[in-house]
Amino acid sequence: MAPISEKLDQFFTEKMKEYPTKRGFLVPMLLYTQDELGYLSDGAIAHLARKTELTELEVRNVISYYSLLHTKPMGKYHVQVCTNISCMLRGGEEILDHCKSKLGIGHKQTTADGTFSLEEVECIGACSWAPAVQINYDFHENLTNEKIDKVLDQYRSKAKQ
Amino acid sequence: MADLTSHPDEIKVVSKRFGQGAAEIETYLKLDGYKAVQKALTMSSDDIINEVKASNLRGRGGAGFPTGMKWSFVPKDTTKAKYILVNGDESEPGTCKDRPILEHDPHAVIEGVIIAGLAVGAKIGFVYIRGEYRYLVDIMRKAIADAYAKGYLGKNIFGSGKDFDVRWHTGAGAYEVGEESALMESLEGKRGIPRIRPPFPAVVGLWGGPTVINNVETLASVPHIILMGGQKFADFGPPKNGGTRLFCLSGHINKPGVYELPLGYPLKKMIYDVGGGIPDGRKLKAVVPGGSSTFVLTAEEAEQMSMDFDSFGKRGEFLGSGGVVILDDQTCMVKFALRVMKFYQHESCGWCIPCREGTDWLKKTLTRFHNGGGLRKDIDNIKYLAQGILGRSFCPLGDAAAIPTISIVDKWRDEFEMHLEGRPCPFDPAAKITELPVVGAH
Repeated sequence: MAPISEKLDQFFTEKMKEYPTKRGFLVPMLLYTQDELGYLSDGAIAHLARKTELTELEVRNVISYYSLLHTKPMGKYHVQVCTNISCMLRGGEEILDHCKSKLGIGHKQTTADGTFSLEEVECIGACSWAPAVQINYDFHENLTNEKIDKVLDQYRSKAKQ
Repeated sequence: MADLTSHPDEIKVVSKRFGQGAAEIETYLKLDGYKAVQKALTMSSDDIINEVKASNLRGRGGAGFPTGMKWSFVPKDTTKAKYILVNGDESEPGTCKDRPILEHDPHAVIEGVIIAGLAVGAKIGFVYIRGEYRYLVDIMRKAIADAYAKGYLGKNIFGSGKDFDVRWHTGAGAYEVGEESALMESLEGKRGIPRIRPPFPAVVGLWGGPTVINNVETLASVPHIILMGGQKFADFGPPKNGGTRLFCLSGHINKPGVYELPLGYPLKKMIYDVGGGIPDGRKLKAVVPGGSSTFVLTAEEAEQMSMDFDSFGKRGEFLGSGGVVILDDQTCMVKFALRVMKFYQHESCGWCIPCREGTDWLKKTLTRFHNGGGLRKDIDNIKYLAQGILGRSFCPLGDAAAIPTISIVDKWRDEFEMHLEGRPCPFDPAAKITELPVVGAH
């Protein structure tokens, strides 16, 4: 059985036809695979290597370049706190510290129950709405400690459903 | 979703459809959508390029290269497939302008891609959007699908007998991919390591074919230029700096937001009038005029600057990406320099030594310095190291790290001196000195 769903695999097969080389769609394939599995497993890497006619090493070589790609499981909700200049000037570092103490984890760590992971990230393009946090792909902007508390609580109750 | 802001001085060209639901194709059509491409289909490729040249449109990604000239570099007599590549890898710290364009007006980008394709004889365009902007990838996917359904993309577009395809693509987290040759590598499914130039992408680009790479905002400006005429667009700005652009105000400012203002707009007015001034009665200390890789301006300099390419070019500086970051008088410039360097060290791909080693060394030195372990000789050494990267790296990332660092050391040397001899940061005395002072440069 393929490590990814048939639907996703079919979608990749179709998109790959739009490129003159087999590896053209590799970077999006890695990201969408990660979205489905939570991380890039050994099986998924081997599968994508076969599909693109690359060696697993070549695929891993690509993975290690991109900061969104992970080869280890992350939390169900990956909390990405921007502390780059525009966010820093409006309290991004305080938001990061607050998330650390609230979640009880540090940079690139995951909570014991696997619900949350935390990462300090570089500019996410929310400069005019700083400070900002991205949880998975959702932007949360103009944050205060109180606002991020509410946001995290919402995700926590969503995880229990 | 990015909040929208407004100011009476704005001239809404690229942003005119923001907030009107133009991501839906039917709404877009009611707002003059897809008229420009139909007009372009009646024009010769030279006429399109000349119209864009007349507009004085210059690259909105940050480099400010004249768009019409860039298009004219694509060879006409080639049998290779040509490509249009939209750079939507917006990652320059302080810059968040392509986001509202992709969110509110994705069809304008598609139209811009088709027109660029007609101008240079390409039949395929790729829209590359950074991985973090997944909701915008989804919006773009739908917009492209809707355009195909209407017959605006694919075979025989608008019954013209011409074919044009647009594909969507996404990155997975990499600032450096915003550099055009690294962007091509990433689109080809590789690590985003930059390529040596020449040959330039206009001659040898994607899969060896001639490739035009333009920023999202640049291409979103093109349909408006075709419809209103290049001269009218040019007239919004000063000579050789055509039109309007989106400025992203952020940092210590009362009304942060993305504002469309004519090129040449006074920075002082942008800060105090459009942006509503500095919060909490504080004073202006510094301005990052166009993303973190530009020369940092002092308050005195900022209050005299006009926001156009040539006003900065005359000083040997850059207008940059439109990301205007405001710093008040309580900001520690050493800490700011450190945060900027931490970013470039993280994003350096490691391909060339000046950038890989230089950014790492500078980050370590600035960290130690900010933590109270600075030595007097470090101040000159920081500048020396940055100058060692400048002009010697494989791609502009190294320069981007060096430029703000050099300007901060030159202009705020006194703040470095305030941190000497184990003294705590004067702007944050409560901050713990987390690392013991280390003797030596590294």
